[in-house]
Amino acid sequence: MKSGHSQNILIRQTMDKAMKNLFLLATLFALLVLAILIYQVVTQGAGWLDWNFLTGKLSLNPDRAGILGVIVGTVLLMLVVGPVTMLLGVCTAIYLEEYAKKSKFHAFIQVNISNLAGVPSVIFGLLGLAVFSRGLNLGSSILAGGLTMSLLVLPIVVVASQEAIRAVPQFLREASFGMGATKWQTVRRVVLPAALPGILTGFILSLSRAIGETAPLVVLGIPVLIMPIPNSLMSDFTALPIQIYYWTLDTVLVQEYANLAAATIIVLLVVLFAMNSLAIFIRNKYQKRY
Amino acid sequence: MNHAVTERPQAALASEKSETENKPTVIQTKELNLWYGESQALYDINMDIQENEVTAIIGPSGCGKSTYIKTLNRLIELNDSVRTQGQIVYQGRDIFREYTVEELRTQVGMVFQKPNPLPKTIYENVVYGPRVHGIRKKQVLDEIVERSLRGAAIWDEVKDRLHKDAYGLSGGQQQRLCIARTLAFEPEVILMDEPTSALDPISTLKIEELIQQLKAQYTIVIVTHNLQQAARISDKTAFFLNGKLIEFDQTVKLFSNPNDKRTEDYVSGRFG
Amino acid sequence: MDKHLSVREQIQQNIARRKKRPFQMERMAPIVLFVAALISVLTTVGIVLSLVFDAALFFQQVPFKEFFGSTKLTPLSHTDPSFGILPLISGTLITSLIAMCVAIPIGLTSAIYLSEYASARVRKIVKPLMEVVAGIPTIVYGFFAYSFVTPLLTHLIPSLGAKNALSPGIVMGIMIIPLVTSLSEDAMSSVPNSMRQGALALGSTKLEMSFKVIIPAALSGIIASFVLAVSRAVGETMIVTIASGSSKNFTFDITQSMQTMTAYIVEFTSGDAGSGTVGYYSLYAVGLTLFVFTLLMNLAARYISRIFREGY
Repeated sequence: MKSGHSQNILIRQTMDKAMKNLFLLATLFALLVLAILIYQVVTQGAGWLDWNFLTGKLSLNPDRAGILGVIVGTVLLMLVVGPVTMLLGVCTAIYLEEYAKKSKFHAFIQVNISNLAGVPSVIFGLLGLAVFSRGLNLGSSILAGGLTMSLLVLPIVVVASQEAIRAVPQFLREASFGMGATKWQTVRRVVLPAALPGILTGFILSLSRAIGETAPLVVLGIPVLIMPIPNSLMSDFTALPIQIYYWTLDTVLVQEYANLAAATIIVLLVVLFAMNSLAIFIRNKYQKRY
Repeated sequence: MNHAVTERPQAALASEKSETENKPTVIQTKELNLWYGESQALYDINMDIQENEVTAIIGPSGCGKSTYIKTLNRLIELNDSVRTQGQIVYQGRDIFREYTVEELRTQVGMVFQKPNPLPKTIYENVVYGPRVHGIRKKQVLDEIVERSLRGAAIWDEVKDRLHKDAYGLSGGQQQRLCIARTLAFEPEVILMDEPTSALDPISTLKIEELIQQLKAQYTIVIVTHNLQQAARISDKTAFFLNGKLIEFDQTVKLFSNPNDKRTEDYVSGRFG
Repeated sequence: MDKHLSVREQIQQNIARRKKRPFQMERMAPIVLFVAALISVLTTVGIVLSLVFDAALFFQQVPFKEFFGSTKLTPLSHTDPSFGILPLISGTLITSLIAMCVAIPIGLTSAIYLSEYASARVRKIVKPLMEVVAGIPTIVYGFFAYSFVTPLLTHLIPSLGAKNALSPGIVMGIMIIPLVTSLSEDAMSSVPNSMRQGALALGSTKLEMSFKVIIPAALSGIIASFVLAVSRAVGETMIVTIASGSSKNFTFDITQSMQTMTAYIVEFTSGDAGSGTVGYYSLYAVGLTLFVFTLLMNLAARYISRIFREGY
C-alpha cells in the first residue's frame, strides 16, 4: 500500500537523521572531554605557574616549590634517549629496508618490532630494573632511565624511518647505482638525505612519547626526595611526569600539591605541543613530490 | 616497402658498411639467457656491439629489450630474483664474473626513460659520479661540470644556476642533465633506455642531435619503441621479440629489406 | 699529479686501488646495521628472560595453585603473606571492561560518522584532534580522573570511594576512543565504494547501509581494533594507579578501590620491597602474567585483521 510504504520511508529517514546527529555527538564527545580537561588543568594550575616556579628547586613547601631540577632531569633524560633511539632505530630501519633480503629472518625482526610496540610500559620498567638498574648497576640514574625509555620508544623510530626510506623512489637508487656507486654510498648520499624529513618526524614523535611516560621510571625506582639538580648522567633525578605523579598522590596530604601538579602538567603539555607542531611543520615543509 | 622510414642514399649505405667492418667490437654477448625467478625473459642472445656506433634495440612491449640493456650494466641485478646464464664480454672480461658492478658501471653508463635527476643541485648532480669515485678537488670538479654540461648541449641554459635545484628544470633539460652526469665520469659506453619517450618533440630532437654528436667519442646503445627514431639515428638495429633476438643488422638494411618476415611485419607496422 | 690524468684514468686508478683495499664502510655497514636490528630481538629476549627467570624464583616459593587460585593478596604481611593474583586480575578486567563500555560504542559510532557521513573538511579537523586526545600522556589523564572525574561522579554516586574503579575506567575509555575510531575507520574506508553505491541504489538510508553493509564488510578490522583496545586498557598503568588505588580486596564493587596488575607492579617498586624477597619476585610473576596476556591479545588482533585483508 502506497501510504504505508511512504510512512515507512519517513521513519527510516528520520532514524537516519537522528542517528547522524547522535554519531556526530559521539565524535565530538572525546573532543569535548579534551576541552574540559585542558580547562580544568589550566584553572587549577595557571595561577601557580610563574617564573619562580620554573626556576626554583623542589621544596616540601608548596609556595616555594619550583621545577628547575625536574626540567633539567627531563632534558638530561632526553639527551640519553635521543641519540640512542636514533642510532638504533635508523640503523635497524636501514638494515630492514636496504640490506636484508626479504626472508623469514627479516619478517621475524619486523614482527618483533610490532610486538614490542604493544608491550605495556610497566614491563619495560621491569626489564630496565633487571638489566640496567641491577644488572649493569646503574641504579636509578638518568642513564638507566634513558636506556629503558629508548627501548620503549624504539619501535616508533623504526617504523617511521622504514616508511620514510620506503617512500624514496626506486628510480633515485637506480640513478645512483647506474653511476657506479656502492650500496652504502647510495644509502648515505641519496636515500638517507631524501628520507630525512620522515626520519626526523619519527624522532620527534618518539621523544614526545618518552617525555610523557611515567610507569617505567617509577618501576626503576626514581625516588621522590628533594634533591639537588642533577648534573651528570649517573645522577639521581626526577622528570616531569614523575613529579606530576608524586604531587598528585600527595594531594591528600597537602591540598596545594594538586595545583603544583596542574602547573607542571601545563608545562608538559606546552612542551609536547611545541614538539608535535615542529614535527608537523617539518613533515609539511619538506614533503617532496617526485 | 615501408615509406615511413627516412631514406638514405645508396652511396652512404655502401660507405657505412665498410666503416662498420673496421670497427672493433666493444661488447660481445654470447648465449645470454635470463630468468626472473622461474620465468625466462631472454633466450640465447648473441650480439656484438661495435665501437663508436649507435645501436638501436627495437621490439614490441615486453620483448625483453629493456631487460637486455639493463643486463649490459648489470642494473637488472637490483631485482633479487634475476638469474643469468651465458657471457657478456667487455674489454676482454666477462662482466658477470670478472668485474665488480661498480667498476663496470663507471665504464658503461645509463640514461633512463623517465629523467631522474637526484634531488640536489645541478652541480651536485653532475659531480655525483666523479665524487663517488674519489675525485675531490674543487678545481677538477668545476672543470668536469663545465665539460659535461657542454657535452650534453645544456651549458648555456644552466651555467648561471648551477647551484639551484635540478628539479627546477624542464623535462627535456633534466634528461640532458642526466646525460651530462653520465658524461662526467667518462664512460666508454652509454646505454639509453627509451630516453626520449617521456619528452616533447623539440626536446626529443635536441637529444637525437646530441646522440649523433656523442657517437664520435662514445659507443651508444639505445632502446626505443619509436621506429622512426631508430631509423633516424642508429647505425645498427636489433629486433627483439618474445625474449629472442630475431634480427640484427645495419639499420638501413633492416628497415628496407629485412631477412625475417617477423621483422618486416614489425617495422611496417603490422603489429606492435 | 692528478691533473695529468684524464678523469677516466683517475677513476679507474681509484677503482683499482679500492679493489686492493675495499672500503671500510662498505664492509662494516651491513654488519653494524645488522647488530642494530638485532637489538630489537635482544630486547624481546631480555624481557622474556628477565620475566621468566625472576618469576621462576617466585614460583619456587609460592605454588601455582595459590597464585592463580587464591583471592587473598597480602604481600606485605609479616606473619602470613599471601600471593593470590585473582584480585589483581579482577581489578584489571573490571577497569578494562568499564573502559570498553565507553570506548567501543563511542569509538565505533565516531568511526561510522567519520567514514560515512562527514565531509572531508570535518575529517581534516577532527582526525588530528583525535590524535591529540590519544597523545596526552596518561599521567595527565590520571590526574584528571582523580581530581575532576571522581569528585564529579561523587555528586551522582555519594557512596563513591575516593579511590574507585569507575572513574579511571571511564577516563581510560575516553583515552582509548581514538584508537578504536582510527582503526575502525581505516577498516571501513577500505570497503570498496561499489558496495556503498549498490546499497544506496537499492534505496537504503545511510544508516542502514552502514550497519547492514559496511560494518559486516569491515568486521574483522573492527574486531581487531576492539581487541587492541582491550590490550591497551589492560596494559595501562598510571590512570589506574592514581585513581583506583591499591586495595587488594577481591571485589566487583566498582565504587570502591581495586588494584590492577599494572598498579601492583608500580606500588611495589616504589615501595620498600627489597630485592630478593618473595614480594620482589611477585612483581615478575605478575609482570609475566600481564605480558603473556597482552601478547596473546596483540597476536589475536593481528591474526584477525589479516583475515580482513585477505577478504579483498
